[in-house]
Amino acid sequence: MDTKRRKFLKIAGAAALAGIGAPAIVKLTSSAAIASEAVQHETAAHGEVAAATGVRLGMVIDMRKFAEQPELLDQAIAACNKVHNIPHFPDRKNEIKWIWKAPYANVFPELESIHKSEMAKKAPFAVLCNHCDNPSCVKACPTKATFVQPENGIVAMDFHRCIGCRFCMAACPYGARSFNWQDPRPFIDTYNAEFPTRMRGVVEKCNFCGERLALGLEPACVEVAKSAGAMVFGDLNDPDSEIRKVLDKEFTIQRNPAAGTKPSVYYIV
Amino acid sequence: MYNKGTIIPGLMIFIVFVTFPLWYNRLSAGTVPKPDLPIGQKECVAPVSEMRDNHMKLLNQWRDAVLRDDDRVNVKVGGKEYRKGLQTACMQCHTDKEKFCDTCHTYAAVQPSCWDCHLTPAVAASKKETH
Repeated sequence: MDTKRRKFLKIAGAAALAGIGAPAIVKLTSSAAIASEAVQHETAAHGEVAAATGVRLGMVIDMRKFAEQPELLDQAIAACNKVHNIPHFPDRKNEIKWIWKAPYANVFPELESIHKSEMAKKAPFAVLCNHCDNPSCVKACPTKATFVQPENGIVAMDFHRCIGCRFCMAACPYGARSFNWQDPRPFIDTYNAEFPTRMRGVVEKCNFCGERLALGLEPACVEVAKSAGAMVFGDLNDPDSEIRKVLDKEFTIQRNPAAGTKPSVYYIV
Repeated sequence: MYNKGTIIPGLMIFIVFVTFPLWYNRLSAGTVPKPDLPIGQKECVAPVSEMRDNHMKLLNQWRDAVLRDDDRVNVKVGGKEYRKGLQTACMQCHTDKEKFCDTCHTYAAVQPSCWDCHLTPAVAASKKETH
């Protein structure tokens, strides 16, 4: 009887030790495997961007030109509002914005300083959807109503599928999306018969004029601002495109680069 | 059979009740709607029977083609090209939504949500640019 108990306790003790020790052994061996892997991979510099392929539409906004001609931005905004049947709500909380004006401090809050240029102090900046390479709104959308068009990199929307959950609005670091809190139709001045309106409960934003590009036209805002050189639109991946020549020549900044969304709208300030 | 006295009259009442729409309308389905067809245009993007059965599927295909697949190739009808879309193709010939779409939709008691966003020719004309 006594010897049996002694034997039982020995076995139980050994088993308990093995049980406690096993995870530690697994952990040690697996971490060794990861460490050996890490030696093989050359890690890229932090924030380094790989060269992209295919068509990637983008825009350069030259704020110097917009500051010289203050009415130009209003005209560009009006052109966009007209072609896309964008309502004008008297109450700002209902505002629908595709391209709009914002002060420098709101557009580049991380670059805000006390002593900035006159232009940055006074001129309203043109802001629109950045059509990001890595759009957080697309990740947030539960219905795939917003998605990246692989053909041209436009962050497009299919209003048919939008359920109005507004996750995309929360996800967008640029506030580029607006929600229709009420039926927009009574607040639209003139209808463009070739474009739909939206309905209550749908999110909307700039679509880089996908419907106009299909007709060989440039976006409505670009059409207005192009002659003054205030906006340049084109393929960011084509080294011979006009936009790339501007980008090669001028120093440009982007909105909130720390968000990691890789916008395709560049600003010359 | 147990409870013959209650089951048989009960069944009779049930049958009379569920067939109410049939005998109330004296077995007639009402006047079949006659949508106004476009004047001077005999062709559509597909034969009439095909359009009658599947126009809603075609519209969904066009929607996905244009918005999702970036396939905006125009459709050709009677030598004329149209851009895929309710407003840019269909309503170019069927210029009266009330006399075309609505006649059948009302008869069949379906309420498509197209017009929540898409503009009917009449609505589009109501706020037209003046100059």
